[in-house]
Amino acid sequence: MTTASVTQNFQGSRSLPKWLAPTLLAVAILASFSINSALASSNPEATQLNLFAVALVAVITYSIGFYLASRIIEGQRKSADRLVTILVTGAFALAVIPLISLAWTVVERGAARFDMEFFTFSMRNVVGAGGGAYHAIIGTLEITGLATLISVPIGIMTAIYLVEYGRGALARAVTFFVDVMTGIPSIVAGLFAYAAFVLIFGPGVRMGVGGAIALSVLMIPVVIRATEEMLKIVPNELREASYALGVPKWLTVTKVVLPTALAGIATGVMIAIARIIGETAPLLIIAGFTASTNFNPFDERMMTLPVFVYTSYANQGADAQTYIDRAWTGALVLMLIVMILNIIARLVSKYFSPKG
Amino acid sequence: MSSQAPAVKRRIGDLVFSNLALSSGVTILVILAAVAIFLFAESLPAFLSQQDAAPDGFFAYVAPFLFGTVLASLIALLIATPLAIGIALYISHFAPRRVSQFLGYSIDLLAAIPSVVYGLWGILVLAPFLNPSYLWLNENLGWMPFFVGPVSATGRTMMTVGIVLAIMILPIMAALIREIFLQTPRLHEEAALALGATRWEVIKMAVLPFGKAGIISSAMLGLGRALGETMAVALVLSGSGVFTFALLTSTNPNTIAANIALQFPESSGTYTSLLIATGLVLFAITMAINMLARWVISRRSEFSGAN
Repeated sequence: MTTASVTQNFQGSRSLPKWLAPTLLAVAILASFSINSALASSNPEATQLNLFAVALVAVITYSIGFYLASRIIEGQRKSADRLVTILVTGAFALAVIPLISLAWTVVERGAARFDMEFFTFSMRNVVGAGGGAYHAIIGTLEITGLATLISVPIGIMTAIYLVEYGRGALARAVTFFVDVMTGIPSIVAGLFAYAAFVLIFGPGVRMGVGGAIALSVLMIPVVIRATEEMLKIVPNELREASYALGVPKWLTVTKVVLPTALAGIATGVMIAIARIIGETAPLLIIAGFTASTNFNPFDERMMTLPVFVYTSYANQGADAQTYIDRAWTGALVLMLIVMILNIIARLVSKYFSPKG
Repeated sequence: MSSQAPAVKRRIGDLVFSNLALSSGVTILVILAAVAIFLFAESLPAFLSQQDAAPDGFFAYVAPFLFGTVLASLIALLIATPLAIGIALYISHFAPRRVSQFLGYSIDLLAAIPSVVYGLWGILVLAPFLNPSYLWLNENLGWMPFFVGPVSATGRTMMTVGIVLAIMILPIMAALIREIFLQTPRLHEEAALALGATRWEVIKMAVLPFGKAGIISSAMLGLGRALGETMAVALVLSGSGVFTFALLTSTNPNTIAANIALQFPESSGTYTSLLIATGLVLFAITMAINMLARWVISRRSEFSGAN
């Protein structure tokens, strides 16, 4: 393609013709294809064409060609705009690739063991094939449930303090440290729970409830932030109307403000649960791992789903593939739980939040 | 609130409720203090005991892990920051309005994927996929200290860890930066548009200068997250206590968090205390970085045009 003729034809309009982009793309793909196959044929080790390399070269060729065409026809300012558009869109596409790859792999490889046995059997006395994650699912439900029981009251009350009561230096300090608390590494939360329990029960302690406490440290700031946001958007008129009727402040908060914000708070709590249900490191530290089902979170080791995924991969036995299969299925179940929690949360906030 | 009732009598309910709220707020501060105090108390035996868990002293033990932690996080940050800015710009300024909300939602979903799943994907999918390009890097850029051989055969290298960490911190950084971009005063953008600026010029003149502090603090929050990330590193990297800048070989420095996760289940006695002490170091570093980032954000929000 000669750019000179293009310039002549479109001199007046000074914008790129419509057919240019698809043509350029086709040329770029063709060029990339021929370059890559030429390279592949010269290299005896490469048995097949690397499609990723083809796509990469095509995109780069296309971007450069498009930029140059725009620069010649439309001038420097517009071409810079187009270049940035390509870069920004490219950055986004690049970030989406891992997401798709991740989702696809987990579903594809997790499907192998996604059967009834996985949900109804523990790993007790299982060597090699078979067995399941029943014990881990029980543990995850109990520990996450306990963590929610601890975090939600503290989180909501703290948010109420910050929005309705807190003034002055203390409230500022709490706000600041809630933000800082969101950055605590999860493994440090696990070590904290372990250190606290060692003081009471002696060294080497492993307990499900310790995992719940570690997860609470991670969950509380998320609940506070979500609740705070929701309480802040409750209109002040509601509070003032309530005060005008002579309702005390605490009843105003519990009967007027909280119900108005309830849907949003529920959404926030569910997203917080989704955030912590996949935490592995703290549970590895304090809840430990085991092959048997343990219903009592106040006694002995307790398996959880994320730790199940980790140990299945890390401690492979003789028939390694069966362990890896179980790990993928565990990951699939975990992803499904997180996904479902997120979707429910969105639906709750969509259908139950007050209209106005 | 301005509704200051003439305080004739304090109601019991009010008193109980407000004190409950207050004590919850104080609990937050107590928890943070407790984390520091308990970790400190439990790490003391590592320093006081006669039978040394770390023969060369604590700092000789923790230094390589600290180096590995910082190295992995910096690689992640280098990759993630430009991408996060790109994603945030795409969602806030380039994507069609109807799509952008959905895109924001999928970014949030990406943030909720458990780290152990990222780890599994990193070791079984990403590492084998990246390995050929490591060979290429080593062949063509092998003179750089980062890319010296021998290249690992499995792809379980520092570079892979950095890339996995970058993918993991991308969503949170992109979400934060997008928030900041959306706060750009509309009038600034419209003024630029009225002067005939292209979209890129609007971004260059109005959006980026406004969001600079926010981008820096978002990067720091991402850094804090990468520093503390455990399971993905523990799964992907087969690390040890070495110092090396070579990113593609099979000898890699482990990170503090991954080292704890790998060693803790089988540890006992003073070695446990030693691991807790390294956890305390990690805690101190992430706290410092988070506090700095939050301080930058809060200082910024006071005089931003958004309010």
